[in-house]
Formats: sequence, structure tokens, C-alpha cells
Amino acid sequence: MSRRTLRGLLALPALGVLGAILAWGASGLAPFGHFHGFYGQLLNAIALPQRHTTNTVTAIVFDYRGLDTMGEELILFAAVVGVVLLLREAGHPTQQDIARDRVHSEALRYFGVAGAALVVLVGVWLVAFGLVTPGGGFQGGVTIASGVVVLFLTAGYRSWRRLASEHALDPLEATGAAAYITLGLATLIAGAPFLHNFLGPGKTGTLFSGGSMSLLNWAVALEVAAANLVLYTEFLQQYVVSLVPDTGEE
Amino acid sequence: MIAVVLVLAALAATAVALCLDPLRQIVLSGMYGLLLVILFVVLQAPDVALSMLVVTTVAYPLIVLAAIRRTRR
Repeated sequence: MSRRTLRGLLALPALGVLGAILAWGASGLAPFGHFHGFYGQLLNAIALPQRHTTNTVTAIVFDYRGLDTMGEELILFAAVVGVVLLLREAGHPTQQDIARDRVHSEALRYFGVAGAALVVLVGVWLVAFGLVTPGGGFQGGVTIASGVVVLFLTAGYRSWRRLASEHALDPLEATGAAAYITLGLATLIAGAPFLHNFLGPGKTGTLFSGGSMSLLNWAVALEVAAANLVLYTEFLQQYVVSLVPDTGEE
Repeated sequence: MIAVVLVLAALAATAVALCLDPLRQIVLSGMYGLLLVILFVVLQAPDVALSMLVVTTVAYPLIVLAAIRRTRR
């Protein structure tokens, strides 16, 4: 019996069991489009009158489930720290490496700077209006970071390094993560529950709706944007290191 | 509309799983991700769609492409 057939025979029972469990699980689901989750329907009904936020998702993320979001934020933080640790000795680009990653078109470079600024602006807008319209700290944060990626794609690694320096990003990321926890602890010290909304619900439909949720929102935006930029910087360094003279024009 | 996007997403997912070349696979995975974004929009989940849009078309391909480039050297 060849190795391949043996592997197939070994996989067969596992696949059968997995398929059976999936089918069993799917058969017990509510029909498509008929959601009967009590918690979801309750929050849909009370989020606007209670928290004055028109985007219920953000109210859940930063208020009703604020503690979960802190955990998620720390997961991202830990993951990025892990990447930085793993790649710390994988090589840093030298000046020669960086010089190889060059964009020759002036037009592309100017277009890129404008495009990057536009995407970053959309990101900031997503964060700012996160409690009013779809969006929020996470969505805005990843968008801001991807705006800077546009800069790398159109203007090269040199421009990237000028804007996204590790020495500036690391403290920014830590500040974002720490700000969330500090906001939670501050309410504890003041005698209220952890992450209590101490600014009140605010006025519906404005940037100040949701009260202290907007502070948590900006803290997460800072953490997510900086974490993504640190992550990209680590991987782009590896890309630049791998550039060799004969294919440097890629 | 939901059915069309669901079928397209299932086809794209199969294509990603069956593709053997990592370079083509990451391009396919980006398209699959975009179909999921459309599915989220159709199912009225814009918050998920927004984060998925950036992660699936910029963040993930960038990291994987840099990793492929580095490991093939």
C-alpha cells in the first residue's frame, strides 16, 4: 500500500465523523433569515434608548461587551509582539536593500501620496462616526494602516520608513492598549463598575453620542492602526531584505 | 441575490482549496474574501464587511506575499 492511499484511508473516518457532526449541527439551526436569539433582539431594542448610539454593533463592542473587546485588543497586541519577537533576528534591511526598492514613476508617486492620504482620511472618518454609522475603532484602524500601505505600493519602502518608524509605532501601539485598560481601571477607582460609561449617553446622532464609548473607540483605533503598521513593517522589512540586485526592479 | 453570492463564494472557496501554487492561491483567496464582503453587505452586516474588506484585500495578501518572497529567496 502506498503512503498516499494509507493517508487517504486514515483520513476517511475522521472526515466521516466531521461531516456527520456538521450535518447534525446544521439540522438544528433556525431556518435561514429567521434569527431567534433573545440577547440580540433585546439589544436591538434597547441600545438606542439606553446608549443613544445609532450603531448598535459599536454599542455592543464598547459598552455591553466592553470587557470582551479589551480581551480581543490584547490578543492583537500579543500576536503582534509575537511576530516582532519571531522576526527580530531575521534580518534588517541595509541602506543598499532599501535603495533597491525604488519607484521610478513620478506620476505614480504623486498619485500614491494623494491616494494614501485619501484612504487614511476614510479610516479616520470610519473611527469618528463609529457610533453613528457602520464602522468603528477596528474598521477605521485597519483602514488607516492600509492607507499607509498604498504609500509603500506607490512610493516604495523609503517613504514607508519615513512615515511608519518602529520607534514611533511601538509606543503608540502600547498607548492604545494601555488607554483602554486605564479607562476601565479609572472607573473602578471612582467606585463604578469596570469600564462604566462615565460620560453619560450623550446626544443621539452626534460625534458625542455614546459618552465614554467614543474614548474607548479612539483607544482601539490607535492600537489597531499601530499594531497593523508594526506588523506590515516587520513583513515589508523581510520583503526588502529579499530583494536581490538582478530582480530589484520588481 | 443571497443564493447567487453564496454559490459564488462556495466556488471561490473550493478554488482556493484546490490551488497548489501559493502565489495564485493568495490572489484567489483575495477574490474569495471580496465575495464574502459582498455576502456580508447583502446580509446587512456592514460593520463586518468593512473590516473584512481591508483585512482580506490588503493586510492578508501583503503579509503572505512578503513571506512567499522571503522564503523563495
